[in-house]
Amino acid sequence: MKTTAPDSGLRIRTAVPSKGDSPDVRPSEAEIVCKSVNLAYGENHALHDISMEMEARRVTALIGPSGCGKSTLLRCFNRMNDLIDNVRIWGEIRVSGLDVNAATTDVIEVRRRVGMVFQKSNPFPKSIFENVVYGLRIAGINEKTVLQEACERSLRAAALWDEVKDRLDESGLGLSGGQMQRLCIARAIAVEPEIILMDEPCSALDPIATLKIEELIYELKENYTIVIVTHNLQQAARVSDRTALLWLGRLVEYAPTAELFTAPKDKLTEDYITGRFG
Amino acid sequence: MSLRKRLARGDHMIWFTGSALGICLLMIFGLLAIILVNGLGIFWPHAIEQVTTGDGSVLAGEIAQRQAIPNPGHADHLLNHRIQLRTGNRDLYGFDFTWVNESDIVKRERPAGIFFVERSEYGPLVGTPVRIMEGEREIASDSKAAREKLPGLVTKAASDREAIEAIEKDEIGEVNYEIERLRLEARRLDFRQGREPGLDFAAERAEIQGREQSEQARYAELEAKLVGLLESAAGTRVTFVTVDGQEKELRSLDIYRAYPANELSVFERAGTYVSRLWGFLTDEPREANTEGGIWPAIFGTVMMVFLMSLAVVPLGVLAALYLREYAKQGVLVRTVRVAVNNLAGVPSIVFGVFGLGFFVYFVGGGIDRLFFAEALPTPTYGTGGILWASLTLALLTVPVVIVASEEALAAVPRSMREASLAMGATKFQTILRVVLPAAAPGILTGLILAMARAAGEVAPLMLTGVVKLAPELPVDSFFPFFHLDRKFMHLGFHIYDVGFQSPNVEAAKPMVYTTTVFLLLIIVLLNLTAIQVRNYLREKYRTAAF
Repeated sequence: MKTTAPDSGLRIRTAVPSKGDSPDVRPSEAEIVCKSVNLAYGENHALHDISMEMEARRVTALIGPSGCGKSTLLRCFNRMNDLIDNVRIWGEIRVSGLDVNAATTDVIEVRRRVGMVFQKSNPFPKSIFENVVYGLRIAGINEKTVLQEACERSLRAAALWDEVKDRLDESGLGLSGGQMQRLCIARAIAVEPEIILMDEPCSALDPIATLKIEELIYELKENYTIVIVTHNLQQAARVSDRTALLWLGRLVEYAPTAELFTAPKDKLTEDYITGRFG
Repeated sequence: MSLRKRLARGDHMIWFTGSALGICLLMIFGLLAIILVNGLGIFWPHAIEQVTTGDGSVLAGEIAQRQAIPNPGHADHLLNHRIQLRTGNRDLYGFDFTWVNESDIVKRERPAGIFFVERSEYGPLVGTPVRIMEGEREIASDSKAAREKLPGLVTKAASDREAIEAIEKDEIGEVNYEIERLRLEARRLDFRQGREPGLDFAAERAEIQGREQSEQARYAELEAKLVGLLESAAGTRVTFVTVDGQEKELRSLDIYRAYPANELSVFERAGTYVSRLWGFLTDEPREANTEGGIWPAIFGTVMMVFLMSLAVVPLGVLAALYLREYAKQGVLVRTVRVAVNNLAGVPSIVFGVFGLGFFVYFVGGGIDRLFFAEALPTPTYGTGGILWASLTLALLTVPVVIVASEEALAAVPRSMREASLAMGATKFQTILRVVLPAAAPGILTGLILAMARAAGEVAPLMLTGVVKLAPELPVDSFFPFFHLDRKFMHLGFHIYDVGFQSPNVEAAKPMVYTTTVFLLLIIVLLNLTAIQVRNYLREKYRTAAF
């Protein structure tokens, strides 16, 4: 696993735009399938007939103005909307074949398969080690060697190992903002999910920390399917393979990123990405 | 500047608020100062003043206080003064304290050689040792020889008392405990036979009888030993003569401390002070609590607070968890919350009555009928005891813990719960592993408040298990070591008892202050301990600050 090099950010920025042109050789079956997904908070109809497919081991970005339903859609994939009272969802969501909303589906199982990274980094008030292995502990795994191995693997994958390997027993809350967010990513991948959802993971970070996370996303998509919600159009352009624009709970356009940003088919999309949009 | 502008600027508010705070601080520090000065002063060995009055009578004692004589409507109102002498020698005079008008005094002196003697009964003795007898033999015939021998005798008396107490309490106590157990075992057999008349317990009865006989033999042996010890120790007697010439013979065994009050250097006084203070902390009370120490009360107070904490934390936290995490927020939960808050305002005596009715009579009586039937009609749990007092106080303080815990739970960030749930944790796992640890400091704050309230509460205890004098601590060396059914002593009740139920008010007054000092000290110590634990947890589970 590559460690962070000072010039690596540049490499991503030059690498990403060219990706749309060169066809990828990796297999890409649909990992997340939405079929006319609707969601309502009480009377408030927040998502309308969203139908889209997200490919495995690719990064899909959800963009759109505040309140358009990006985060709500994201939270449908691991059923985090369950925590809110009065939510109704209809339509079909399949995550790697599993019907997420079916009555027979175990929500715990869904969340084990679908990891999540939040807007505000939210490490537990525990040691770095305990933060990373939290998912394993609640799954009942307590063998020291297994936990240590998983901790190191996840922290290396989250490009945090070299910074924290000597202070694993210190509080996770003593890290910097960017480190905390990477700790949350490490925590999410420690249980080896198939999909990682990221809800504006960089919005509270400075540009350097943002760069590191973006670089990390680029590396993680080797093994994971990533859906990222972002307000930052440049970020969407830099990290994602496909981008979806949502507007007032509707899917406006969903296309390969390069295509969406250079040749938008929809007038709304063009207005939004050029900033002519309220 | 116009008055209007000044008022608008609010300078006067600074003065108002500042004075309010100042008054509060003044009262608190004034109270503390009064308690500390009065409470810690009594151990200081004061000089003994000998006064001769106009009619020729002679008195000697420590000067307890001096005050102006009120004589309303007359010219000398509050002009003359009188002094209060702590003369001791209650057995000879019939009083401990007496007032002497300064105008009556013809001579005041501080004679050397006069001793202040603390003894086992009748309060202190003030006099000069003149003779020491050992059996029929005189081992010191004059004041000088008696003075030389006295300190050795006092030291020996202390070790003799210790030896006697060891036999009385530990060894004879153990035998008594065994005999009582055998008696109960025999009764249990009677009960079983009553239920099943066909059974024959002859063998068991014979065995019990045999064991009882051997215990009785042990008892006789110990008693003989005790009598021997008492005889040898009690043979030494010291005769004191008071300033008015009366003689008093004391067994050396009864002398706790004796010092020549007018000949001590400052260091010797300080030494006596420390030793008296230590004795006060570690000894048991004597003479209807007006003499001796407060150790059983300190022990009882601390143990009761610990038991209460053990009961109140789980109960309060579980209730708060349900209210905050599981219950559907609505009118019902709001009503419950208001009710809980109001429960904190119910007068404590009401909880006392409830504790007496529910814990002592209902639960305790039930336990007695089920498990201690052989001891009835003597109640075991069906009477006041430290367990019932602690549970009553737990009930009294549980609203504080619920409210504090609820607030602490509500303060755990939603993002932290979401992180845990998104990891695939169940709600139960999230609460156990994330929410509760993060809320622990807040919960401890609730416990601190509860402890502060419980340690100072007296009224409910009087109904549920506190006594004036408990012969045994609730913890001892006999199985099962913790005797939660026992009655106990408590500093708060001790203050009330010594101050207001004592036959000897003047002697008891300083004890009230001193006991108050230690009650406050213990509350402060308990709180500081809990605060330390909370700060440690806060540091450990400190939430993100960036």
